[in-house]
Amino acid sequence: MTEKVLEIRDLRVTFDTPSGPLEAVRGIDLDVEAGELLGVVGESGSGKSVSFLATMGLLPARARVTGSVLLAGEQLIGASNKFMRSVRGRLISMIFQDPLSALNPVHRIGDQISEMLQSHQSLSSRDAAKRAIELLDIVGIPQPDDRARQYPHEFSGGMRQRVIIAIAIANNPKVLIADEPTTALDVTVQAQILEVIERVQDRFGTAVVLITHDLGVIARVADRVNVMYAGRNVEQGTINDLFDHPSHPYTRGLLASLPRPGKQRLKPITGFPPNMVNPPSGCAFHPRCEFAADICKFEMPSLVSYGDLQTACVRARELPKHERFV
Amino acid sequence: MSDELLKVTNLVKNFELRVDKGARRRKRIVQAVTNVSFSVAKGQTLGLVGESGSGKTTVGRCILRLIEPTSGSVHFEGQELGSLKFEEMRALRRKMQIVFQDPFASLDPKLTVGASISEPLNVQGVPGDHADKVLELLELVGLSADHAQRFPHEFSGGQRQRIGVARALALNPALIVLDEPVSALDVSIQAGIVNLFEDLQSRLGMSYVFIAHDLSVVRHIADRVAVMYLGKIVEIGDQEAVYSNPTHPYTKALLSAVPVPDPKTERARNRIMLEGDVPSPVNPPSGCRFRTRCWKAQEVCAQEEPMLTVRPSGQMSACHFPES
Repeated sequence: MTEKVLEIRDLRVTFDTPSGPLEAVRGIDLDVEAGELLGVVGESGSGKSVSFLATMGLLPARARVTGSVLLAGEQLIGASNKFMRSVRGRLISMIFQDPLSALNPVHRIGDQISEMLQSHQSLSSRDAAKRAIELLDIVGIPQPDDRARQYPHEFSGGMRQRVIIAIAIANNPKVLIADEPTTALDVTVQAQILEVIERVQDRFGTAVVLITHDLGVIARVADRVNVMYAGRNVEQGTINDLFDHPSHPYTRGLLASLPRPGKQRLKPITGFPPNMVNPPSGCAFHPRCEFAADICKFEMPSLVSYGDLQTACVRARELPKHERFV
Repeated sequence: MSDELLKVTNLVKNFELRVDKGARRRKRIVQAVTNVSFSVAKGQTLGLVGESGSGKTTVGRCILRLIEPTSGSVHFEGQELGSLKFEEMRALRRKMQIVFQDPFASLDPKLTVGASISEPLNVQGVPGDHADKVLELLELVGLSADHAQRFPHEFSGGQRQRIGVARALALNPALIVLDEPVSALDVSIQAGIVNLFEDLQSRLGMSYVFIAHDLSVVRHIADRVAVMYLGKIVEIGDQEAVYSNPTHPYTKALLSAVPVPDPKTERARNRIMLEGDVPSPVNPPSGCRFRTRCWKAQEVCAQEEPMLTVRPSGQMSACHFPES
């Protein structure tokens, strides 16, 4: 029996722009189960980051957010700032692509972790400092007691991201949202950070939402995957189901566009990502879809179960069988 | 070799770094590129891979003399570029072009696409108004004639990269340096640009130096691959040999760190996890520069710099204890 720690229902986010309202997220339903690692894939502008910034209450006031987000039973949409402050860092944390801008350059690393601990727990400074060193050790920073006294500029990019993870998990949150946590890092360092995230998930039972554009990263660490396109979920399922027999033409297209060993010609998805001020009618993917029919222009599909996956495609049943890539 | 287009020999590029510490001012040297040698044959693609700070971009810019190398030589069509006068170099540049990573920063926002594409023709003093040539180039890169009158902000990232490619093609170059040309693009768009590079090469026969950190893209497009670490080439050879049979521990670790987009393969892999980060190029390790992160390192690696040596599968690598 799995417990849902995060339940997102019909989440919508709209920004007012000079060229009119831009609906960046257009009705997302998504569950995160306790202790799982959910991968969220999508290209730039698909709404993957905005959905979770909205969940965290981190969007600017001009963004209009509607729908429902339940975190361990608590409604987050429309909650007061005070309430959100008590939730962030305690029940849910978020880490970002650029670890340097997330750290305060004039405070010691240890103090920045202690601050997070003391803002949610009644701990003496001494106990907080001790716990900070333990956390640095957990995320794999050598000589943690010396490193705790250093400043962010003395850390490399990979080490900074470890510090950020230490801060994010300081209060043992139920959910950790990692938004492209390895995109700015070299691949050998990326491998280390992914290992730290998996270790945290294992050791504390933290549910992790990993937002990325890299299907290789997803294949490596995710239990389940959610594919986003133009502010909607287009497909979700377990990692093996999604990679073995993707149903949605966009998921298929993404997998087919990746270079694989051998010299066979790459298969790009034709056309361009949609302009979200004026997204295509019906299924937003239809102008780029090789299987699009007339109905796709009029009907916006919702997620429906096809075999082991949920897919938002009215033609999913009729599509030719997917050839698995090796 | 008669079909050799570009030959880089013992290329070195040091940058001076001024460090102000109180009243004392010291100069420190960043060794961005150290003794790099390779050649590129006509119509071939050399992939230059490495992590940040490996010096791959600096090599690309030294080839075009966008920055002056500290020492070493670059021969292009048999001519040594260092011996050329300014005007001679400018004339030669029409045969060597570059496409940059960021398609948003590399186009002048105030010039129409047509004007951007014809600019190299004007700079090189090619007579005429170039309108036909611009149309031909736009079609060559998969854009249409009416795009010539529009401005860069009207285009998506992938389209802008195509415009950058059209501009690079304007003077029929024999060599194009592609500096991370698809890294800024979405996955579904990357494939189209990679195909474009391949089509252009088979039609026009130019050579590419393809600089990238994405090893799977390089595997796809390159004939030969050079792997760089901290300013040096650690392994170089045919793509097939380097990828299927890496002999330098760093190449092996790098390949093993790239996640494969297939969960079953990916989770069954034996992964080599490198410790720590790339050391600073201001003060690189003695001997083999990779030894501080290498699981095979011994005493000799700190004392003696390994030379590039031919391995059984054909490529060269610089290691005292090569993988077999």
